[in-house]
Amino acid sequence: MTRRQRRLVLIGTGVGVLAIAATLVLAALKDSIVFFNSPTDLVDKHIGAGTRIRLGGLVKSGSLVRGDNLAVQFAVTDGNKEVAVAYRGVLPDLFREGQGVVAEGALDAAGLFRADTILAKHDETYMPKEVAEALKKQGHWKDSYGSAAAAPAAPAARSAR
Amino acid sequence: MIAELGHYALVLALGLALVQAVVPFWGARSRDPVLLAIAAPTAIAQFAFVGASFLALVWCHVVSDFSVLTVFENSHSAKPLIYKISGVWGNHEGSMLLWILMLALFGALVAGFGGNLPDRLKSTALAIQAWIAVAFELFVLVTSNPFTRLVPAPLEGRDLNPILQDPGLAVHPPLLYLGYVGFSITFSFAAAALIEGRIDAAWARRVRPWALTAWIFLTLGIAMGSYWAYYTLGWGGWWFWDPVENASLMPWLAGTALLHSAVVMEKRDALKIWTILLAVLAFSLSLVGTFLVRSGVLTSVHTFANDPARGVFILAILVMFIGGSFALFAWRAPLLKQGGLFAPISREGALILNNLFLITACATVFVGTLYPLALEALTGEKISVGAPFFNATFVPLFIPLLIAMSFGPLLSWKRSDLYGIAQRLVGALAVAVVGIAATFAVESGGPVVAPFGVGLALFVMIGALTDLTERAGLFRSSFGTAIRRAGGLPRSAWGTMIAHFGVGLSVLGIVGEAQWGAERIASMHPGETVSIRHYDLTFDGIVPRAGPNYRDFVGKFTVKRGGELIGIMQPSRRVYPVRAMTTTQSALMTRGMSQLYLSLGDPEPDGRTTVRLYHKPLVLLIWLGAAVMVLGGAMSLSDRRLRVGAPRPARARALAQPAE
Repeated sequence: MTRRQRRLVLIGTGVGVLAIAATLVLAALKDSIVFFNSPTDLVDKHIGAGTRIRLGGLVKSGSLVRGDNLAVQFAVTDGNKEVAVAYRGVLPDLFREGQGVVAEGALDAAGLFRADTILAKHDETYMPKEVAEALKKQGHWKDSYGSAAAAPAAPAARSAR
Repeated sequence: MIAELGHYALVLALGLALVQAVVPFWGARSRDPVLLAIAAPTAIAQFAFVGASFLALVWCHVVSDFSVLTVFENSHSAKPLIYKISGVWGNHEGSMLLWILMLALFGALVAGFGGNLPDRLKSTALAIQAWIAVAFELFVLVTSNPFTRLVPAPLEGRDLNPILQDPGLAVHPPLLYLGYVGFSITFSFAAAALIEGRIDAAWARRVRPWALTAWIFLTLGIAMGSYWAYYTLGWGGWWFWDPVENASLMPWLAGTALLHSAVVMEKRDALKIWTILLAVLAFSLSLVGTFLVRSGVLTSVHTFANDPARGVFILAILVMFIGGSFALFAWRAPLLKQGGLFAPISREGALILNNLFLITACATVFVGTLYPLALEALTGEKISVGAPFFNATFVPLFIPLLIAMSFGPLLSWKRSDLYGIAQRLVGALAVAVVGIAATFAVESGGPVVAPFGVGLALFVMIGALTDLTERAGLFRSSFGTAIRRAGGLPRSAWGTMIAHFGVGLSVLGIVGEAQWGAERIASMHPGETVSIRHYDLTFDGIVPRAGPNYRDFVGKFTVKRGGELIGIMQPSRRVYPVRAMTTTQSALMTRGMSQLYLSLGDPEPDGRTTVRLYHKPLVLLIWLGAAVMVLGGAMSLSDRRLRVGAPRPARARALAQPAE
């Protein structure tokens, strides 16, 4: 093998691996990212049944209904629109009515949001960043929701530290 | 008073860092050995002052001096002493001070133990280390002063975030920072070498122990953090692809690549440009990580506060150091001569392949972590990139790396014979095939990927052992000779073998946990029994218990297997009244390398308790593997070759002089 051929092999392998990685990344970005929406976005953008999204807002006071076998249902509101959410499983430690929540899942044909993951805000003074911004956009932000709005969000049923 | 002393010590440290940053350069320019020699003692003095400042902050926390803002915000007089101390770095200001302490520590270590380094390289590297220190000390003093006073002083503090009140906080951040700030020193060496324009095999040998030290601590820190998340979050996951975790994984991947390419540079004088680039890259990624975590652009428990001034300041530091070092690199790198020819099938070739996969994997993590931020900045769309993305990109890139890992150490330098190596690995392959078949036989109906995962893990482990038996000539000569030969092998060879074996162990743990883990969620009345994988757990009821700054509600469960009592598990829900927060304290029962994992959910209105129960087969191997990797790293670090350092070739020095 000449020096030139050796270099070609090296460069060829490098480009090959990078190409594979780029393909994987592009394919994964197409399939596995999830967009964040407020209830208003959900209505305005006409998001169809089956599209996986994150829905964020406040748990509407008095809307929580517990069913059998860990099933729960509640409404998520941004002060403007609200969406009914169904979930089965253990709610995170900090899930409370009237406070911030992020639910991940999809709408079903009947317009009910079926969540498989619930993330609740992280402590008494903080609000998930996305929820805070969505509320501000709808003009329903109150300073009492917490001064440091964009700090620790969300470890929960299935989430991050 | 103590707080003011701490503040003052930090200002003095900044002054010393400025001296350390400027004078050695001047000395290098004017060829004044006295000015050059100032670097080492200033580095040690700077460390002493940062240390004093840090101790002052620890003191304020220990005595609960609530007139200091950070103490008020993060401490409580009733908090146990260990959390008063670890709470020092459980907040933004304190953790930045810890960051600087580590930075100064590595400078002082080089000053104190770098006796075998050439004077100019050592002093220039220390000067660059000091520039980093200047930037971050200014950052702390200007935007995040941990000693800010609060007037009037409150009587009681607001307590530390309960999630952080765990022994994990005492260990995880210091280890992690030792690792990821540790790469600052390889960065400084790389920049110094670029400035001096002398980059040779000896440089790689001198820098390798430092890179290894940082790598060892980073590995420990990441593993520790992963185990902490596993037991503390209550649902049994051990890796979340959280941006903050990715921030520590990226320097680890780049650092691992650096360790491997430095071997090629040291032994064969090749890959010089690439190795220098990796040294720059590893610390650049640490800086990116610091930016992600500390600027508040992410939402995560690690992000303690959100202050735009801080974000902009760190971004400026980031741009300055990364931009500066890459500019320096672009200017100087073309001057390097490449040496050491080799064929694609050779040890060098395998190490290049290793680097290629590690860096590509690192790039996918980088994209997945930063893409949401970039998209939000550009379009305002908010997205989340989670585990599915990383499983689809990172994992496929790691599999060929793992396969190549068994071949690499067996290949000879310069030119090798793949067929011959494959023959030596027949044993490993046979074990892997048997493992696959056995797994298929035992776990009929299980996921198809699992047996192959087990096979891959076995191949990696036996492959690592093959490297050892081949070198010792175990099956070619008498047993006694082989043992003696194995004992005489360089420790770095043992290190490689052990570390690679550890990787195999971790892979086995990951596969076991992911493929055979079982999960049950039940809502139970006292007296009821729930079963998982041959284990029967009976709920005996909930007992309240008082702690120093919390109340515990402890669930008692008796665990039986086949009717035989094997133990009691006591998970609890812990209520912290000061912050009105509840945390989940899960209970773990270890059986061999597997664990039963039990955590409590909210009590339901009808008196039932929600229980989450997991069986995690082989899960402990994940962290045991990491510990074995660390052991391998330590073994390699203790190699005499690295301790003694490169011999100083008088001839080379004489030649280098007129060239300047």
